[in-house]
Amino acid sequence: MADKFKSTRIVDDYTPIVHNEENILEVVQLKKYFPIKSGLLQRVVGYVKAVDGVTFNIKRGTTMGLVGESGCGKTTVGRTILRLYEKSGGQVLFNGQDIHKYNAKEMRDLRPKMQIIFQDPYSSLSPRLPVGEIISEAVREHELVPSEAFEDHIDNIMNKCGLQPYHKDRYPHEFSGGQRQRICIARALALNPEFVVCDEPVSALDVSIQAQIINLLMDLQEQFNLTYLFISHDLSVVEHISSTIGVMYLGDLVEYGSKKDIFANPLHPYTQALFSAIPVPEPGAKMNRIVLEGSIPSPANPPRGCKFHTRCAYCMDRCKVEEPLQRELEPDHFVACHLYDQEPEKTS
Amino acid sequence: MINKKDSKKKIKRANYLSASQSLNIARHNRKMMRHFEKRNNRKNVPESEYLAEMKKPGNVVEFDDLHTYFFTDAGTVKAVDGVSFDVPLGKTVGVVGESGCGKSVTSLSLMQILQRPIGQIVSGSIRFDTGSKVYDIAKMPSEKMQKIRGNNISMIFQEPMTSLNPVFRIGTQVDEIIKLHNPEMDKEEIKARTIEMLEMVSIANCEGVYRMYPHELSGGMRQRVMIAMSLACSPRLIIADEPTTALDVTIQAQILDLLRNLKDKINSSIMLITHDLGVIAEMADYVVVMYAGRIVEKGTANEIFNHPSHPYTIGLMASKPSVNKRVERLYSIPGKVPNPINMPDYCYFRDRCEKRFGRCDGPYPNEYNLSPTHSTHCYLYADDQEERQDG
Repeated sequence: MADKFKSTRIVDDYTPIVHNEENILEVVQLKKYFPIKSGLLQRVVGYVKAVDGVTFNIKRGTTMGLVGESGCGKTTVGRTILRLYEKSGGQVLFNGQDIHKYNAKEMRDLRPKMQIIFQDPYSSLSPRLPVGEIISEAVREHELVPSEAFEDHIDNIMNKCGLQPYHKDRYPHEFSGGQRQRICIARALALNPEFVVCDEPVSALDVSIQAQIINLLMDLQEQFNLTYLFISHDLSVVEHISSTIGVMYLGDLVEYGSKKDIFANPLHPYTQALFSAIPVPEPGAKMNRIVLEGSIPSPANPPRGCKFHTRCAYCMDRCKVEEPLQRELEPDHFVACHLYDQEPEKTS
Repeated sequence: MINKKDSKKKIKRANYLSASQSLNIARHNRKMMRHFEKRNNRKNVPESEYLAEMKKPGNVVEFDDLHTYFFTDAGTVKAVDGVSFDVPLGKTVGVVGESGCGKSVTSLSLMQILQRPIGQIVSGSIRFDTGSKVYDIAKMPSEKMQKIRGNNISMIFQEPMTSLNPVFRIGTQVDEIIKLHNPEMDKEEIKARTIEMLEMVSIANCEGVYRMYPHELSGGMRQRVMIAMSLACSPRLIIADEPTTALDVTIQAQILDLLRNLKDKINSSIMLITHDLGVIAEMADYVVVMYAGRIVEKGTANEIFNHPSHPYTIGLMASKPSVNKRVERLYSIPGKVPNPINMPDYCYFRDRCEKRFGRCDGPYPNEYNLSPTHSTHCYLYADDQEERQDG
């Protein structure tokens, strides 16, 4: 046991990692700050540090789940990776290319390769366009499919997503929530993407519909060899769909590793608390629930040192001043916590 | 315009209403709504008319064959169609089901806050024991209901973000309820009571929160304020309508703990409405599973989770991913809920059911008891004796 903890490695600040062919996406120390403006002149008085140094990578054809409470920056990570937001620092490598250095033309060519599925299927579809147009618009704009095969391509995608060809002429309001989410998925997949960010795709849906959409996403992943970044606050869904999991807290990735490691052996106190809070559908199940006191601090004014120290049961003096660095405690299992710095034994 | 395809025409026709049809519907609706509104708005009704007696003295609420309909322009929607279950004193009853299955409408009927005049309790009774008297809420006129609502029955809503008034301070909003139901209390007493309530729901800085506006509080804190408001008059029944759906997991754990502890402290019952089976398993003593406006299965939490009987309950359990059990593929119930305006006359779940057999073509199944507390509406469990009784 002790040997395992000795072989720790500190992931350095901003050393661009060598691109590994296995990885479709590599994110190094990604930062995104939103300015807070105030006063008559709208001067910048501070920053909301929505994402503050996040490092991870995703292997081709796998799913990474990103979990955390609302306001911890999960969605901002997803959007900054797609360059829907400009980054404030760090690096995003997509297939080994730094996409934040691309110009508008290059970015446009790259867009079909990376797509996003939004949370709310009720507000992410234009109410004025028929469904066929919603799905095919981007394909036509990017001229991905020759015009004679165009209709077949759209029909094929719709069919794969569980939609019928006659749905093409209908408008989004004629569909139920689950069907709309299928339209959103079809819209994303019509462009033959390699990488899809799923931003809470099932949160707005009923339990039985959730299962359909999750199954659909997993089937499509197999067929098209897709890579997903699956953002959700529902841990049981993330556990089902992902192969690696990242846990975020207030803009930091506090723990990151394979699903097996994280669920069998959560190391960070926040991860432990988060997992113990999942309600289990089994009456009388004995739970050693760790209830976190208080709520998540404001990201505009985060606590000094470790951001979790205000709610942590194992808080030490050191946590209040020094920010912990991400360490690799087990192979491919990273955690940012002072508890695992030198001593293997836990202070409880 | 676009040349319409045949398939599209056929699909469209299903929902098509001719002018005379919609005129007929409108005429029928007007007649029905006028009839029920007259009943609701009566003044000086003798109390004997809505006094009732509990079937079992240990219950707080007994729903007995409740029918709540919505008279819409497209036809009558039977949102709740013959629901009967009991809420025993000091226990938690969980109501589960998909959205649109009538679980919220059941609770709105109990509070008499249906969207009137469209929504009406058409028949059946809701007996509620206030401690001294038993009332039938389905027959109660609206003006009398105001004494019960908030005082004996209170409700926690799903969205803590929108259920508080943004232009009043927290203190004012909690004070209002106490003042309304206890006119004899003076200002200081009311304020002291409010602060006591805020303290009870573990709000740390309660004097400060008393003077705050809702936007200054986080979601979890707002839900605590909502709980404080609902507990202010020590109600006998708390209806919690998806109390944690809008909250994060860690906050959800806090709120559930709080609800459980408070229920014992003031000895009231909780009717917990949610679609999260995990929350139900953790909180509820009894579980009611609803589908398309009817109860398909009810029983104790142990019976429902360990021996689910109705195919819908089984499907619902299997479609929820769980951290403890590993499955390759989630089960998903095929098909969709039937159109609420045109319900079939056979079992509502038949078209989606994988275990259907010949008998399922018959009328909607009766209630079959599996144990004294566990019952289900499914022909799979109809034994011979009951068959003879049905004829």
